[in-house]
Amino acid sequence: MSNNIAIQVRDLGKRYTTGGSPEKYHTFRDAIVNSVKAPFRRLNRQGADRSADKFWALKDVSFDVHQGEVVGIIGRNGAGKSTLLKILSRITTPTEGGVDIYGRIGSLLEVGTGFHPELTGRENIFLNGSILGMKKSEIEEKFDEIIKFSEIDKFIDTPVKRYSSGMYVRLAFAVAAHLNPEILIVDEVLAVGDTGFQKKCLGKMGEISKQGKTVLFVSHNMAAVSALCSKAMVLNHGSIIYPMGDTDEAIKYYIDSISQKSLTDLTERKDRQGEGKIRITGFLILDKDGNRQVVLVSGQWVEFQIQYECISEKKFNHVRSDISISLTSGRFITLLSNTFSSELFDQIAKKGHFSCIIKKLPLSTGEYFFNLQIRQNELIQDWILEAVRISVVSGDFFGTGKLPPSSHSGALFEQQWKYLE
Amino acid sequence: MTLPPMVAPLATSDEREPTVKIRPPKKWVPVDLHELWAYRELITSFTLRDIKLRYKQTGLGIAWAVLQPLLTMLIFTIFFGGLAKIPSDGVPYPLFVLAALLPWTLFASGLTRSTTSMVTDANIMTKVYFPRMIIPLANIISPLVDFAVSFVILIIMMVYYGFAPTLNIVFLPLFILLALGTSLGVGLWLSALNVKYRDFQYTVPFLIQIWMFASPVVYASSLVPASLRIWYGLNPMTGVIEGFRWALLGSGAPSAMVLVSVGMVIVLLVSGMFYFKRMEQYYADIV
Ligand SMILES: Nc1ncnc2c1ncn2[C@@H]1O[C@H](COP(=O)(O)OP(=O)(O)O)[C@@H](O)[C@H]1O
Ligand SMILES: [Mg+2]
Repeated sequence: MSNNIAIQVRDLGKRYTTGGSPEKYHTFRDAIVNSVKAPFRRLNRQGADRSADKFWALKDVSFDVHQGEVVGIIGRNGAGKSTLLKILSRITTPTEGGVDIYGRIGSLLEVGTGFHPELTGRENIFLNGSILGMKKSEIEEKFDEIIKFSEIDKFIDTPVKRYSSGMYVRLAFAVAAHLNPEILIVDEVLAVGDTGFQKKCLGKMGEISKQGKTVLFVSHNMAAVSALCSKAMVLNHGSIIYPMGDTDEAIKYYIDSISQKSLTDLTERKDRQGEGKIRITGFLILDKDGNRQVVLVSGQWVEFQIQYECISEKKFNHVRSDISISLTSGRFITLLSNTFSSELFDQIAKKGHFSCIIKKLPLSTGEYFFNLQIRQNELIQDWILEAVRISVVSGDFFGTGKLPPSSHSGALFEQQWKYLE
Repeated sequence: MTLPPMVAPLATSDEREPTVKIRPPKKWVPVDLHELWAYRELITSFTLRDIKLRYKQTGLGIAWAVLQPLLTMLIFTIFFGGLAKIPSDGVPYPLFVLAALLPWTLFASGLTRSTTSMVTDANIMTKVYFPRMIIPLANIISPLVDFAVSFVILIIMMVYYGFAPTLNIVFLPLFILLALGTSLGVGLWLSALNVKYRDFQYTVPFLIQIWMFASPVVYASSLVPASLRIWYGLNPMTGVIEGFRWALLGSGAPSAMVLVSVGMVIVLLVSGMFYFKRMEQYYADIV
C-alpha cells in the first residue's frame, strides 16, 4: 500500500439518538425524580424499546485520501457530510470503525468561530486564529495579510458588534484563509458573503490546493467542487453511494440520483391531501438548455416543471397549478400560480407537466421549501406540503456581484436608487 | 460503474504512526497532559478573552473588583465580628476575614464560571477541536486578576493595621495553587454534570454558600473541636484558608490537616479529570 496516505477511514459509523436534539435536555431534577420512581417503574415496564429513537447518521463508510488530493464530498441535506467532517476533526466520536490521520489537521466548519461582539477586530483575529490552531507568532506574522484580505483595515480596533454582516464575514474568512495545516477540512463555509468576496475565497481555496495541501471540501456549489476538487464522492443517508472517483462523474451521478429521487419521492409521498383525480408525480428544475438543476442560483433563468398524472382518461378543464415557496422556518414567502400569469389549463392530457418559467430568479441565498398544489374548478386535487427542499446559492442578481447578507433570506427586488435634494 | 477495491484494514504495517487515531469512545480515558501542554497558548487566549470581557462588560470594571471584597469584608465585620463577636485569633477582624475572602473568592468565582462554561462556549466546541478541559481551566485561571486587585487591598489594610507579613509568605503560592486545584477538581465535576443535566448550575450558588460556612472564612478553625479536625480537613478550602492566615498574618501554623486537604484535592482532580474526559467524548452530540 502506498505510504502517502493522509486520511484512512474504515467502516465508520455514527449513531445518533433523535432525542439528542438541542431542544430536549436532561435535567438533574428529572434524574432525581426518575431514580425515586425507578423501583416502581420496573414493576410496570413495557415496550421500553430505546433503540427505536436511534438512527445511523453514518454507516460503513470507508475511503482513503492521499496527500495533496483535493476531495469533494457531495450529497443532499442530512446525508451525513457534516457528521463525517465532525468525526474527522475530532469534534465528535464515531460509534464504530475508525480513522487514522497522518498530518496536522485544521478544520473550518464555520467561519468566525469564537468571534465575540464586544472584542475588537484585532482581538478577534488573535482569538479566532488561536482557536483554529494557529500559534500567536504565526498570527502576528500574517496579521497584515489578514487585514489586507479582509479589507477592513480602518475598523480593526472597533468592536465587531459595530461591523456590518459583510465586514464580519470578510474578517472571519480572512483569518480562516490564512490557516496553514497539512490537511484542511472545509464544510459549506463558502456559501456566506457576497459574490465578489466568495470569488476571492474560492481563488484562495484554489491557491491552497495548489500548494500540495490535502483538502476535504463539502459544498452545494457544484461549480466550485468541479473547479477545485481532483476527486469526489457522494454520500446519501449516511452511506457512500458513489465511491471516491472522478469529480465530474460524481457530480453527474449526484444530480441524476437527486432528480430520480425527487421523482420517485413525490409518487410515494403519503403526506398529501386532495381529491386525487390529478396527482403530482414529480418536480423538475431545468436551466435554459434543459439541463436538470439541483440547486438554484439567484438571478438565473429557470424553469419549474410539475409533472402530473390523471386518474382517468377524462380531460379536465380549469386546472390550476401552484408552487408556493416557504422558508425552512415554515413562513410562506410567495406563490407562483397560473391564475396570476395566464388562463387556467383546459383539456389536459392524462400525463404531462405544467411548466413555469422565471426569467430572473428573485430568491436570495438560503434554503427553501416548494409546496405543490393542483386544483380543478378550485377543488384541491393534490397538495404536497414541503414537496422539495431546495438550496439557492448566491448568483449575480444585481449585476454588481453584491447580495444582501444571508440573514436576509427571502426575495430580491430589482431596484433603482437616486438622490434628490 | 465499478467500485474501486476496498483497501486494507486500519493499523496496517505502514511504518508511519498516525498523527491522530480516531476510535469509538472508551469508558475511562486518562487526560492527555502532554496535549494540554501543547495547547497552552489557547489556554492563554481564552483566559485573556475572559478577563477582557469581564472588564469591558461590567460598567464599573476595575472599581467593582476593588469594591466587592471590601464590601463583603465590611458586612462580615459588622455582623460576624461586631454583632456575633466571633473570636479571630487575636487578629483584627477585618484583616482576619479578608485574608480568607481572598482565596475563597478565587475558588468560588472560578467554580461558578467553570460550571456553566461548557454550555456557554458550546458554539465554539461544536465547531473546532481542542482539549475541552481548556475551557473550565481558563475560567478558573481568569479570576486571578480580581485576586491580584484584592491582594493589593489586603496589603494596604495590613499596613494600616501595622501587620508585617511573616517570612512564611513564600509559601503563599502553594496555597493559591491548592485553591485553584480545588476549584478545578470540583469545577471539572460540575461542568461535566452541567452538560448532562442543564439545571445543575442552579444548585451551585447554594452549594457555594453552604461550603463557605463549612470553611473557616468568618471564624477560626480553632473553633472546631480537635477530635473533628481531621474530618474538617477533608474540605480542602480549610487548608487553603488556614495557610493564608498563617502565611500572611502569622496565625497558628496549619496542622496535619493540610495534608488531608492536599490528598483530597488530588482525589478531586484525578476523579474530575476522568469523569470530564468521559463526558467529553459524547459532549458534541448532546450539547
Ligand atoms: N447532534 C445530533 N443529534 C441527533 N441527530 C443529529 C445530530 N447531528 C446531526 N444529526 C442528524 O444526522 C443526520 C446527518 O446530518 P449532517 O451530517 O448534518 O448532514 P449534512 O451535513 O450532509 O446535511 C441528519 O439527519 C441530522 O438531523
Ligand atoms: Mg451539513
